[in-house]
Amino acid sequence: MYGFLIGVGVLLLLSIIWMVYRIQTLVSVVKGSDKKVASGSNKINAILFVLFLVGTGILMFWYSIKEFDNYQLPVASEHGVITDQLFWVTMAVTGVVFLITHILLFVFPYKYQYKENRKASFYPDNNKLEVIWTAVPGVVLAGLVLTGWMAWSDITAPAPENAHVVEIMGYQFAWDVRYPGKDNVLGDYDYRLITASNSHGVDFTDKNAIDDFPSPKVVIPKGEPVLFKIRARDVLHSVFAPHMRLKMDAVPGMPTRFWFVPTKTTEEMRAELNNPEFEYEIACTEICGRGHFSMKKVIEVVEPEAYQKWLAEQKSFIQQNPSLAENLPAEMKELADIQLSESKK
Amino acid sequence: MATASVANHDVHAHDHHDHEHHDNFITKYIFTQDHKMIGKQFLVTGIFWAIIGGFLSILFRLQLGFPEMNLEWLRPLLGGWITETGALDPTFYLALVTMHGTIMVFFVLTAGLSGTFSNFLIPLQIGARDMASGFMNMLSYWFFFLSSVIMFISLFIKTGPAGGGWVVYPPLSALEQAIPGSGLGMTLWLIAMTFFIASSLLGGINYITTVINLRTKGMSFSRLPLTIWAFFLTAVIGLLSFPVLFAAALLLVFDRSFGTSFYLSDIYIGGEALPNTGGSPVLYQHLFWFLGHPEVYIVLLPALGITSEVIATNSRKPIFGYKAMIISMLGITILSFIVWAHHMFVSGMNPFLGSIFMFLTLIIAVPSAVKVFNYLTTLWRGNLIFTPAMLFSIGLVSFFISGGLTGIFLGNSAIDIQLHDTYFVVAHFHLVMGSASFFGLLAGVYHWFPKMFGRMMDARLGYVHFWLTFVGVYMVFFPMHYIGIAGFPRRYYSWTNFEFTNMYTDLNMFVSVAAIITFAAQFIFLFNFFYSMYRGRKATLNPWRSTTLEWTTPINPGHGNWPGEIPTVYRWPYDYSKPGAVEDFIPQTVPYSQTPESNLPHEQELVKLEEEIMKEESEVLVANENKH
Repeated sequence: MYGFLIGVGVLLLLSIIWMVYRIQTLVSVVKGSDKKVASGSNKINAILFVLFLVGTGILMFWYSIKEFDNYQLPVASEHGVITDQLFWVTMAVTGVVFLITHILLFVFPYKYQYKENRKASFYPDNNKLEVIWTAVPGVVLAGLVLTGWMAWSDITAPAPENAHVVEIMGYQFAWDVRYPGKDNVLGDYDYRLITASNSHGVDFTDKNAIDDFPSPKVVIPKGEPVLFKIRARDVLHSVFAPHMRLKMDAVPGMPTRFWFVPTKTTEEMRAELNNPEFEYEIACTEICGRGHFSMKKVIEVVEPEAYQKWLAEQKSFIQQNPSLAENLPAEMKELADIQLSESKK
Repeated sequence: MATASVANHDVHAHDHHDHEHHDNFITKYIFTQDHKMIGKQFLVTGIFWAIIGGFLSILFRLQLGFPEMNLEWLRPLLGGWITETGALDPTFYLALVTMHGTIMVFFVLTAGLSGTFSNFLIPLQIGARDMASGFMNMLSYWFFFLSSVIMFISLFIKTGPAGGGWVVYPPLSALEQAIPGSGLGMTLWLIAMTFFIASSLLGGINYITTVINLRTKGMSFSRLPLTIWAFFLTAVIGLLSFPVLFAAALLLVFDRSFGTSFYLSDIYIGGEALPNTGGSPVLYQHLFWFLGHPEVYIVLLPALGITSEVIATNSRKPIFGYKAMIISMLGITILSFIVWAHHMFVSGMNPFLGSIFMFLTLIIAVPSAVKVFNYLTTLWRGNLIFTPAMLFSIGLVSFFISGGLTGIFLGNSAIDIQLHDTYFVVAHFHLVMGSASFFGLLAGVYHWFPKMFGRMMDARLGYVHFWLTFVGVYMVFFPMHYIGIAGFPRRYYSWTNFEFTNMYTDLNMFVSVAAIITFAAQFIFLFNFFYSMYRGRKATLNPWRSTTLEWTTPINPGHGNWPGEIPTVYRWPYDYSKPGAVEDFIPQTVPYSQTPESNLPHEQELVKLEEEIMKEESEVLVANENKH
């Protein structure tokens, strides 16, 4: 019944629109306005451009100011402060250009709308102007590029020697985290070694792997360099930590990396935002399949002392699952056994 | 040499004319070799795809704007893709996003825009009887048609169409285990794209050959309308870049079906380790974006060309900086090939490469800026007539500015770290390449409809269509900048999993409503288009009082375009409001010798040369007459 009523309503509406359309066409034929170069609509369109300019301009400023704290994510890394600064400098420069060009673009239609007794100026070119508006954007862009390039070079430079290494591995549809343990060197891995109990494919015949440990979340110290070693197990993923201004693809077969210095602990950020629930998050930003939108990992930034304490508490893969050490060569087995006995103390 | 080619051309045209009377339905409307009909075929197919592509976007905007909505009412259409709880299936959501992108970029804005207007306008505006090869031109459409059929079928198969994003990055697109769309759906995608590439190449070779060889007497490159320059350069870009996409696709086919490892390495999926080693997914990205970035200009340049023409005509002013416009288009053409890796700053490629591509990318902003300033100066002190085509052209310039400026953020690799693959990117390219090109397409349709169908479209419906669409597009894409700065990633089915994206439900709802209204507004255009085709007001010979050659043909030009001789061209295409001239436009076919009152000093010198050429020409004509 509802469907029928809606159908009738739509039909009625369409026929009314149809009638209005026909009537206005006939009226314009009678008035002869269709023969004129520019009818009365010309003026209306000219005015609408100005209204559009003013209306959307107000809307844009109002919303941008009102929502600033919402869309401007707090920043929690050293390089993030720099890239944010670059972002806002670029915003200022392009914002000015945006406003000026749009004011001209929408005011000209009003000012120079068709008048029968006026003739447009024949003004085909002016080389001086062309040179000016090639050179000026060129210089401005060069400035933006240079500052951007300096920041980019710093961000992508090799990580400091003392950086805390964390391995993040993406797979459908989660992240796995591995720490290198006391030696701060991750053990080798091979995707062919992956089993249900060894999801990272860690190669335990490498002695660096003996003290490696997994973690349900990424724990890192504030104020010290951290190096994310990033890889993927199946398809492309991308590690995105929005508050850290960090993003790097995880590529199967090609390890990638990103290093940074966190500047605020989770606790400090909770206080700043007045939100006791706040957590730093990692999301995936490279389409990876059905669960792409749900690949979440929490980052916990703590004070360096708390970090050292946390590190000491962690149990290595082998300590958590001694069976992993079963088939190791004798020499490695010895190392593994030492570890196991340590954990029993 | 010159005399011989003129003579040949005439004989050829004569043949055509005789044939025309025997055209039956199939040779006239289906397997036609007339460039005008082929252009219309591309246009109608493009419109069909635009409706599909737009509709797909409405489906996923429903999910994003109203995640709680019960979509049970879509079950008759989508069947199993609506889950038992009445929600959209997440895999199908990705398929929708993928197909929306593929359809819009390739089928609407490449085939629908270049295919339509390059075909329709090149012979008409350069003064040729038809394309260099009518047969290849026909093949170009039918390859596109075949491609369309295959892509359309892929929408309805059980495992769904391709779902790895329109860029179809492997390994996701190579492994059926990773996503169901990478099975048969992806196979059909690859086959369809292969035919599409063949179609583009056939078309492109034709456009280039025609522009170089078949220009009428006097139509030098420095007298070509900017539309033709744009189509010509677009074809060059396409010819150089589409084969690379084909190579990328071919290697992907090998990886998918023949066990090679071009893109695959070290993969453990579905509980087993795959044997592939040594491949690189980043290689695919390089190959894809080697087409993918020029593709942006393949869709944008024709739109800019159309806009130049429409703005000049309706400002009653010469386009400002004709030469600067050509130089900037040439600059864009060349630079478009050396900026591709700015799509890959955080793909894991060497950061040094990132630095190089950042410099190159920001250089390409300069010619784009020059074009904008030239448009603005063209409007300045004009006598503007707001035809629907003019409105859409002004809208295009606005989108080109808004979207172009955000490109400066994204081209800066340091800033791109945060913005990459967020809604900021979505906003950026939908404005600068999607909406701008779409507006170019619409401007072209409104402007050349009288030439296509001999009738006028209704202007008032055009105004309503413009204002709803213009405001609508901004309401859809402007808010996405805020969402993007806030870090919302692309291709997300839902935002509730993360704290940092668990907001802006109101803004997303607003965007979705705006998208639905904008989509609905397109039906005004559809009505106007098809109704005017049969019942529109009869067009006059030159309704916009334009200078270019197409308006010297009969209202309904037959195959061969001009019933008699092809007119000769004596001047550039932008003599609008010339001081001293009687009317505010002087067609390209009017010799300088007939307009002594408005000639500029250097043109006065051309008069003499002109008279010599005309004398020579009339001798050839006399000789031809005698032969018959």
